Amino acid sequence: MLTSVLPRLRRAGSNATAGQIVAAVAIAAFLLLFLALPVAQVMIAAFQPKGGGGFTLVNFVDFFNTELFVRSFWNSLYVSGMSVLVATLIALPLAYITARFEFRGALLIQTLGVVPLIMPPFVGAVAMQLLFGRNGTINLLLQDHFDITIPFMEGLNGVVLVQAIHYFPFILINLTTALNNIDRSMEEAAQSLGCSGIRLFRRIVFPLAMPGYIAGAALVFIKVFDDLATPLLLNVKDMLAPQAYLRVTSIGIADPMGYVISVVLIVFSLLSMWASTFALRGRDYATTQRGGGGLDRRKLGPVQAVAAYGTVIAILLLVLAPHIALTLLSFATVWSFSPLPDAYTLAHYGKVFEESAVYMKNTVLYAGLAAAIDIVLGVAIAYLVLRTKLVGRQWLDYGAMAALAVPGVVLGIGYLRSFYGITLPDGTPLATLWIVIVLALAVRRLPYALRACFAALQQVSEALEEAGENLGATKARVIRRIIVPLMTGGILAGFVTSFATAAVELSATIMLVQSNADAPLTYGLYVFMQSPAGRGPGAALGIIAVILVAACTFISHLLIERHRRRSGAIR
Amino acid sequence: MTRSLHLLLGTLCALSISVSVHAQTGKVTVVTSFSKDVTTPIKTAFEKAYPGANLDVQNRNTNAGVKFLQETKANNQVDLFWASAPDAFEVLKSNNLLQAYKPKATGIPEKVGSYPINDPQGYYFGFAASGYGIMWNTRYMQAKKLPEPKEWDDLLKPVYFDHVAIAAPSRSGTTHLTVETILQGEGWEKGWRTLRLMAGNFRQITERSFGVPEGVNSGQFGLGVVIDFFAFSSEASGFPVKFAYPTVTTLVPANVGIVANAPNMAAAQAFVEFLLSPAGQEVLLEPGIRRLPVIPAVYDKPAAKGLPNPFKDTSLGARVKFDVDASEKRTAAVDALYDQTITFQHEALKAATKAVHDAEAALAKKDNAQGRTLVKEAKDLIGTMPVTEAEVASDAVAKAFTGSKEPGARQAELEQKWAAFAKENYAKAKDKADQAAKLAR
Repeated sequence: MLTSVLPRLRRAGSNATAGQIVAAVAIAAFLLLFLALPVAQVMIAAFQPKGGGGFTLVNFVDFFNTELFVRSFWNSLYVSGMSVLVATLIALPLAYITARFEFRGALLIQTLGVVPLIMPPFVGAVAMQLLFGRNGTINLLLQDHFDITIPFMEGLNGVVLVQAIHYFPFILINLTTALNNIDRSMEEAAQSLGCSGIRLFRRIVFPLAMPGYIAGAALVFIKVFDDLATPLLLNVKDMLAPQAYLRVTSIGIADPMGYVISVVLIVFSLLSMWASTFALRGRDYATTQRGGGGLDRRKLGPVQAVAAYGTVIAILLLVLAPHIALTLLSFATVWSFSPLPDAYTLAHYGKVFEESAVYMKNTVLYAGLAAAIDIVLGVAIAYLVLRTKLVGRQWLDYGAMAALAVPGVVLGIGYLRSFYGITLPDGTPLATLWIVIVLALAVRRLPYALRACFAALQQVSEALEEAGENLGATKARVIRRIIVPLMTGGILAGFVTSFATAAVELSATIMLVQSNADAPLTYGLYVFMQSPAGRGPGAALGIIAVILVAACTFISHLLIERHRRRSGAIR
Repeated sequence: MTRSLHLLLGTLCALSISVSVHAQTGKVTVVTSFSKDVTTPIKTAFEKAYPGANLDVQNRNTNAGVKFLQETKANNQVDLFWASAPDAFEVLKSNNLLQAYKPKATGIPEKVGSYPINDPQGYYFGFAASGYGIMWNTRYMQAKKLPEPKEWDDLLKPVYFDHVAIAAPSRSGTTHLTVETILQGEGWEKGWRTLRLMAGNFRQITERSFGVPEGVNSGQFGLGVVIDFFAFSSEASGFPVKFAYPTVTTLVPANVGIVANAPNMAAAQAFVEFLLSPAGQEVLLEPGIRRLPVIPAVYDKPAAKGLPNPFKDTSLGARVKFDVDASEKRTAAVDALYDQTITFQHEALKAATKAVHDAEAALAKKDNAQGRTLVKEAKDLIGTMPVTEAEVASDAVAKAFTGSKEPGARQAELEQKWAAFAKENYAKAKDKADQAAKLAR
């Protein structure tokens, strides 16, 4: 069967090798089995009249006739757009300062800059409220001293603020990587032509870093569009993702509207993905030379240093505020309607210490495996789409990106429906194995790794590959020895985002966790946060999660930095 | 001292029973919505009473738990379902996902308040009771100079505007019962009017049941409509909170049921027996749990101090004769009505309510007959329902919600109609109230 298909496919894909075709088919099979089929099992309800059977589009008519859903759609659009804007304002100075100047602690910024992504569900919410809420620390102080309050967390703009703080690392990571990949000679050429300062940045540097920025911005846009945790925690219900979630989880299969909204989410996410690739189409961002780490790094003058450190510290304080509040909460006895806790204790850590070992082990294992799967798939898909002419290669990209828009609970239910019926030889269902959680996490976080790999590969010139091939290297060898090493920065960025976000995922895993021994940290957190006495231990567990993921991030940055220095020295 | 002696004796009793019956051992899997504070002490006590048994606790919220059992019924691995909301058990029962059983435990009355403790067909069993009421943060109340509320009607007062929270009934089975209690206690029309005017005062309608006590504990809002044990256990954890039962409350049993085709049926039955035994009931008195036991004798224990006794204090939950069948039949419609006319129109409802409060305050200072009429009209507009009780009970509405092959109204269509009705009325009400305020100036 395969032998008869291969030549035909090869002809269709002109210069595709057998290896590429096999890879493409394998990836397609993976996406079909672990994303498309499970989701389709659930989504089919969107196209059926209530009660099942037959095919209808009447549910979509209902969607557009319902004022609430239409309002939700526009609200989601507004919040996503504004979040990208605010996230850019946060990420740009951090990325620029670290890439442009000799800046002590750049590594620390790159690590701390990822920490906002690691916002464990529930505890993050509680901590934010304690600090920025209507009766949070800041507003209580303002009320006491100036008799004013600021509605940081109210309404759509509250959602924008929280989302921007939460997801700006997507832009930061991808932009930093892109800036570090820019060919120094471009900048020097511009400078020798008399261009400098803001103009140099606006006309040369930023445009060259565009793939990274767009990759990050697109992720922020879609993620915010599909995110339900933040709006729900701020009690904003008239946005699309919360509407889908509320309907799917409270009404269920008897009502198709939740699934209709999910379909709308997926279609819209694909549209914005397509728009972002369209924005980059027809331009060349590749550079042939590795300038030993991007832009020429300048020394900071004394005034510049003060300004740079001031900016960085101010931004980090803002974006790490939730984690500061979480730390306080984890040591607090009682913290209620007061700027600071009544007293401090170590008891919460004592309480979770015993249990956290198994949660930590599971989290690192699951998120690590999932991120590893993601970067393998990410590199492969990026290569197939950008470097081959395989028919339908674009669909691998779209298919993988669709995962971003699938609500976690829909994926979780889909997995149960698809894999619970399959039994292992000893009679236990396939879905009870922890590997299923890993697969769900890998599918959910694949888009993050994929975008990073894409941006990285877009900056690698094809001339380098051709040179390799001209010297007699096989395609596989070129990938292994040239492409992947040149993409390392992007691959790491992808790994870190996938890992960090998979480590705090809850919506899909909560459907799939079958026993406490197999549970990750977030599940433990969820269990703690459902009771008044569990708030402190929950926060402690949250801090443990943050430290754990931050440590993993730091170590991977350290490794890549060492790798870069070593390879730089060889050159 | 005496308490630990009691526990020891209880455990010994349970032990001798378990040994004489059979050693019920092995893994018992329970899906529960209860927090760790509740499950851990009970797990410990159960495993002590039945050596060799291992209670494997899977935490899921009630809806997710029901969904999980529905999705996995082809190859069920769960022995027990353990949660508060009786309606969740009704859903499971109607899906044939529960196993009937007749507990051997004795000393449990037929009813608590006016609610039957056990399912009449024996598919699930009440092991603890809880009632709804109002919880508040004393620091918040002091800072904002708010009086302590006693009755539901107090929450309609302007002084509480923007200070109270409730969980959406569609998201919280127990809040749903509170809403249904008010509807049954005051009647459909008047009940909805109360619910609307009350909700107009709310700060938030939360998505999780636990969101309400969490917000009250941390002081994000001052008061919350909650199930009693949230308040009792918050107080026990040191938070500055207090709680009161209004006269019209429902006492509802929290339940446990054996899942159909349970892999470890014997141990599942043992767990039910343990929960309903005096030893199991006494664990409910622990500070992290604080639920009302269903065996009246347990209230005599010293550890029960401070807990209300619904079997003695007959004022508790007895006012409303709760009709379980009527409630069950219209559950989906009541939730949708609440969501569409209150939760998702909350801003408009709040604006109208605020305008009414302002107008009434202005009229109190400077009375005006025409203004009074306008305010009354505004309140009527806020309180009016898009459907009558009979319409909601009709087949047409029921089919729209459960799905049917015949053409007819769809849930989404009905919902849009109700939402549009409410939205328009709230806007009109605000106009009228604003006019009334102007007249009083």
